[in-house]
Amino acid sequence: MKFEHYGLGLAKGLVVTLKHALRRPMTTQYPEEKLVVSRRFRGYELVWYEDKCTGCATCAKSCPQGNIEIVTVQQGDLYKVQKFELDTGRCMACGLCVEACPYQALYMGMGYERARYRRREVVLTKEDLKPSPERQPSGYAYPEVAEKLPEQTLLVYRK
Amino acid sequence: MGILGHFQKWLVEHSVPDWASYVVPALTGIIIALLFLFLMIIVFIYLERRGLGRFQIRPGPNRAGPWGVLQAFADFIKIVTKEDIVPYAADKPVHFLAPVVSFFSAIMILAVIPIQKDAYITNLNIGILYVSAISSLGAIAIFMAGYGSNNKYSLIAAMRGVAQLISYEVPVLLAIAGVLLISGSLGMVDIVESQNVPFILLQPLGFLIFFIGVGAELNRSPSDLMEAESELVTGYHIEYSGMKFALFYLGEYGHMVVASAVMTTIYLSGWKGPILPPAMWFLVKMVLVCLVFVWIRATFPRIRVDQLMSLAWKFLLPLALLNLFATALEVMWQDKIGWEQFPWPFVFLNLGLAIVFILVGSKLLFKTGGGQVEV
Amino acid sequence: MVLKSEPMLISMGPHHPSTHGVFRMRLVLDGEVIVDVEPMVGYLHRGIEKLAETRTYTQVIPLTDRLDYLGSMTNNWAYVIAVEKLASIKVPERAEYLRVIIGELMRISSHLMATGFLGNELGCTFTPLLYMFREREKIMDFFEMVCGQRLTYNYMRIGGMSQDIPEEFLPAVKKFVAEMPHYIDEYEQLLSENEILLARTKGVGILPRNLAISSSVTGPVLRASGVQWDLRKSDPYSIYDRFEFDIPTGTVSDVYDRYLVRIQEMRQSIRILEQAIKQLPAGEARSKVPLLLRPPVGEAYAHIESPKGELGFYLVSDGSIAPYRCRIRAPSFTNITALKDMLVGWKIADAVVIFGSIDIVLGEVDR
Repeated sequence: MKFEHYGLGLAKGLVVTLKHALRRPMTTQYPEEKLVVSRRFRGYELVWYEDKCTGCATCAKSCPQGNIEIVTVQQGDLYKVQKFELDTGRCMACGLCVEACPYQALYMGMGYERARYRRREVVLTKEDLKPSPERQPSGYAYPEVAEKLPEQTLLVYRK
Repeated sequence: MGILGHFQKWLVEHSVPDWASYVVPALTGIIIALLFLFLMIIVFIYLERRGLGRFQIRPGPNRAGPWGVLQAFADFIKIVTKEDIVPYAADKPVHFLAPVVSFFSAIMILAVIPIQKDAYITNLNIGILYVSAISSLGAIAIFMAGYGSNNKYSLIAAMRGVAQLISYEVPVLLAIAGVLLISGSLGMVDIVESQNVPFILLQPLGFLIFFIGVGAELNRSPSDLMEAESELVTGYHIEYSGMKFALFYLGEYGHMVVASAVMTTIYLSGWKGPILPPAMWFLVKMVLVCLVFVWIRATFPRIRVDQLMSLAWKFLLPLALLNLFATALEVMWQDKIGWEQFPWPFVFLNLGLAIVFILVGSKLLFKTGGGQVEV
Repeated sequence: MVLKSEPMLISMGPHHPSTHGVFRMRLVLDGEVIVDVEPMVGYLHRGIEKLAETRTYTQVIPLTDRLDYLGSMTNNWAYVIAVEKLASIKVPERAEYLRVIIGELMRISSHLMATGFLGNELGCTFTPLLYMFREREKIMDFFEMVCGQRLTYNYMRIGGMSQDIPEEFLPAVKKFVAEMPHYIDEYEQLLSENEILLARTKGVGILPRNLAISSSVTGPVLRASGVQWDLRKSDPYSIYDRFEFDIPTGTVSDVYDRYLVRIQEMRQSIRILEQAIKQLPAGEARSKVPLLLRPPVGEAYAHIESPKGELGFYLVSDGSIAPYRCRIRAPSFTNITALKDMLVGWKIADAVVIFGSIDIVLGEVDR
């Protein structure tokens, strides 16, 4: 080991650390403070509008893993969707199903705190997927929905 | 005389039998010293965890208790409720006694440290010699831990640790010798009394050597090879669990408390200061030394073991000898110049000499330790 | 009397805090000096190449995210270029510029992680890592704004990007680009002249130039050995021939040179970003591609310069909706083959540092 810079390199490092000690910490105290997620957030759930869905199952075909299960029943001229199940335990939130839907009936959800205690509670049935005040659709692939959502907290603008 | 001496005289005046007037002050002194040690250990652990966090732009633990004060207790409860596993073929007495010896050597040094002019347990007139002798016991504790575990990895790590401790004691003692030349006495209270100007200003090079040497003896980063988790194994306390591991941990912080107390006494003029009560000054200076240790830990990477040895023997030892030589010359001439009345020229002279020695030393003395070996 | 000593066999096993993932190295030690190294991979094998044969061309894109999970967009980009070569699809100009912007941001993020973890393995207790993660969080916020996820993006599609960027993207990126050189100066002040770091990394783990070329090592490791080979200049793909930037090379090819090359590459990425933001044209972000693409029968190979090295995709199509064979040339896998020459003769403490300077990701090595 040679002290090529006569110990000045060590002193410079100490100055940098000291400057950082006087700054505000950049931690967010979760769960008291939460950052606002982006408008196009791909959460671990879907939001399904039953009146627009026709049961064409394009979403089920475009899923890389086959997480969506759709069973339809014929009712006169129309098809009624009897079972629409999503296995969120296997879902990787890629968003291909949302992009594929031709009737704009499927949206990504905004939730990310979806831990459950039992594996069967992770599978979402038809009733769980409908929109509700806690379950809002996100603006992924739908810019008109994205404009109404709150802005994301960007760490670049935080001092 | 000391506070305990006054207490003993008071007991004798109130006609307490002789053996009691000896035992009661002693027990009181021991209990107060232990409480002081534990309190300072908890303060130092808190400072280290929160301080390390602030240097890394994060708050540090702040959930256990208000502002995270009870975090050390939470860790202690967790460690104590673990199972105490002893290896089957380990040497039982040696394995049992190693953490005790390690913590013991930290406690024993407390007996001579003066917090205020009268507040000490005893005022040995060989105070510094006693301190350096007891601090060498730490090396024995590490070797006992490594040998008694019956594990070849911990033996290798313990031998490396003992080599590190032994080789860093020599520059530390030589740096202390420079202080002794100026103060003229080995007793701790006398060293503090003789500091009109704190010795850190009169002996900058000695302070630097002492600081680096003590940092290596405490196994603090940048020389914390024992706890390096990026090496293969964790070192000499790999086979310890439960309360024995907690004793090692307490022993490490206890050594840190005691080392900063010794550093405050020798170099930073102990309890002297303008406005606050003297005991407060002592604590403030100890906390300052701890913060500098934490600052260094947050910044520097780790040295490799062969570079560590060459730093001690080829760089610090010649510098300590040069420092001793220069101090001896100055003490010889102090009668003509008047050291006690006006030490400030010596401050600047010593600072200049320190810079010159470091520059010359870094150019000439050091060579890279180790390299690629031909296989 | 000569002491009989045997070499010691140690397995730096799959569970280790300093190997970047589940990687196993079998070391033969003589005292503390390493005599022989045998890397053993395969602990993270997930069969991505086989899975790609049963998915359509668009469904393979989320799979490629999981290869080099620290630089996901570059994997997407390489695969999408290969498919576009196969099916002869033209990409609009705005999409090309957006790909360059996102790719360079990805390169900065990956190099920040590599340098931060190098500091961690040298023993600084997480300090440089946490400083660099602060910048990486800002970059991940940009990606979250654009596509909604922070680690596996799935943003590029065949024929462009999946959606156009929102309006708040460009001002935020401009602010980031303006203040990033100041932060890189801070990292250099903390690390580059530190004597302890110089003592640990200078002259350690040398990979000579001809050995690097003959082992087909690519990426910053090759450039630190003195070879001026960067795919963005030697075989320009996309629109890289419109930007000016330099290629940093090293001289001594030790660990310190690799660290310096990565820091300089971050500065050059910022230069490219400034030029790309200025020249960004208007237009659409994706060209019209059928939902189930059936490329003509044939094969195509496309390679790009990912932060770890040369990442290549070789696709064979037989006219159906799924690829017939998808072979991935991963840079980390080929960089590991030079590990033995770099490690022999050094001590255990250096093994971790040299291994960290090659900067591998186990997702790529095992696929």
